[in-house]
Amino acid sequence: MCTVCGCGAGETRIEGAAHEHAHVHEDGTVHSHAHDHGADYAHAHDDAPLGVHAHTHRHADGSEHSHAHVHEGEHAHGHEHHHHEHGVGGDLDFGAGPARAHVPGLSQSRMVQIEQDILSKNNRYASENRQYFDDRGIFALNLVSSPGSGKTTLLVRTIELLKDRVAITVVEGDQQTSNDAERIRATGVAALQINTGKGCHLDGHMVGHALERLQPADESLFLIENVGNLVCPAAFDLGEHHKVAILSVTEGEDKPLKYPDMFRAADVMLLNKCDLLPYLDFDADLAEANARRVNPDLTVFRVSASSGDGLSAWVSWIEAGLEAQRGKRAETVDALKRRIAELERQLAGQ
Amino acid sequence: MHEMSLAEGVLQLVEETAQREGAQRVKLVVLEIGRLSSVQPEALRFCFEAVTHGGIAQGAVLEIVDVPGVGWCMPCGESVPMSESYGACPKCGSYQVQPTGGTEMRVKEIEIA
Repeated sequence: MCTVCGCGAGETRIEGAAHEHAHVHEDGTVHSHAHDHGADYAHAHDDAPLGVHAHTHRHADGSEHSHAHVHEGEHAHGHEHHHHEHGVGGDLDFGAGPARAHVPGLSQSRMVQIEQDILSKNNRYASENRQYFDDRGIFALNLVSSPGSGKTTLLVRTIELLKDRVAITVVEGDQQTSNDAERIRATGVAALQINTGKGCHLDGHMVGHALERLQPADESLFLIENVGNLVCPAAFDLGEHHKVAILSVTEGEDKPLKYPDMFRAADVMLLNKCDLLPYLDFDADLAEANARRVNPDLTVFRVSASSGDGLSAWVSWIEAGLEAQRGKRAETVDALKRRIAELERQLAGQ
Repeated sequence: MHEMSLAEGVLQLVEETAQREGAQRVKLVVLEIGRLSSVQPEALRFCFEAVTHGGIAQGAVLEIVDVPGVGWCMPCGESVPMSESYGACPKCGSYQVQPTGGTEMRVKEIEIA
């Protein structure tokens, strides 16, 4: 359930067959997650011998553990539910109450600190994704807008301009159909459609599964086209480096004021369909001023995906981001190499 | 609808913790809701009662800690009180105010028995 608008969850489909299963742990924690099984994509399931794949579970108490599943046969999914022993969460400590003692038959009333944001689960998945991107020097963007602002056309044009210089992978989020992923695939780059069903936004968990499936190349560009919605996607971090809001000139200039959360969450705004400005009563300067009022640090590009006007500045911005990610990764690798060299010297000296 | 789904998010965190701690029932739930989080405390109370009905947290007292809105005004160079998200600075009228407090929606703690 989306904590912003109250839309449903549980009908998410990532292209290819998917199924969901739940684990019940000894400490009472229940968690469920979806598996995806597609023949079209290389997947941990299919690659591993005996159909073994690894899961990482996170428990409510914050502890994490990984274990492998073994699937009998290629796609046998009469999953056994797994029962795990958990030392951390399952400790029975009768001295933990305020009285620091246990009297049989007398229950203790006690306070338990939770200190968790209502969106904390999503944020944990998002930071895992961000770590994944940073470890591999990948530059990730989350494109958000209302439906019909021209996101997919803009993506197609951006991909055409960049695909000879950098590897690109795309995730498409929509309630239904895989039309958008098909449009992206027609450009020759890998794309995966996520259908959110009743859901109104992509979340960190879905993108984590998409990463598992798509296996984006090191130092590549990862583009996420979120569900067309200016409200809920603002609250859900996916692990991207920047949210890019797209506003088209066929909408109202006051949209940034009506939906401030999204324009505040974004770092970049693309004002699209600018080739139509001569025919419209749209004040582009006012739209920009409104956007900067909710977010003074916003970078704005005026573009037209259909005529190609203004796209070179946007593409240069992406290239600078890719360069920064590569630089950051190289620095980390260099730092590790220096550390290894230092340790080797110490060993040699002993 | 907004508050109803927030209440469900709260209930999920509360139930997970209560189950993990082996609680029989939940007596008190303490939330921190910032003034800038656009949550109506009264609506949230109503929804909380509805979603907890029939579960381990039925009848729990809901305590909402009100966190005042604070922002950093760039032209003034100081922290100023804020009454609405993306609002103007009460001193200079500028919109260059970055919210620094009062945006939280957190489950702080629960009392279980």
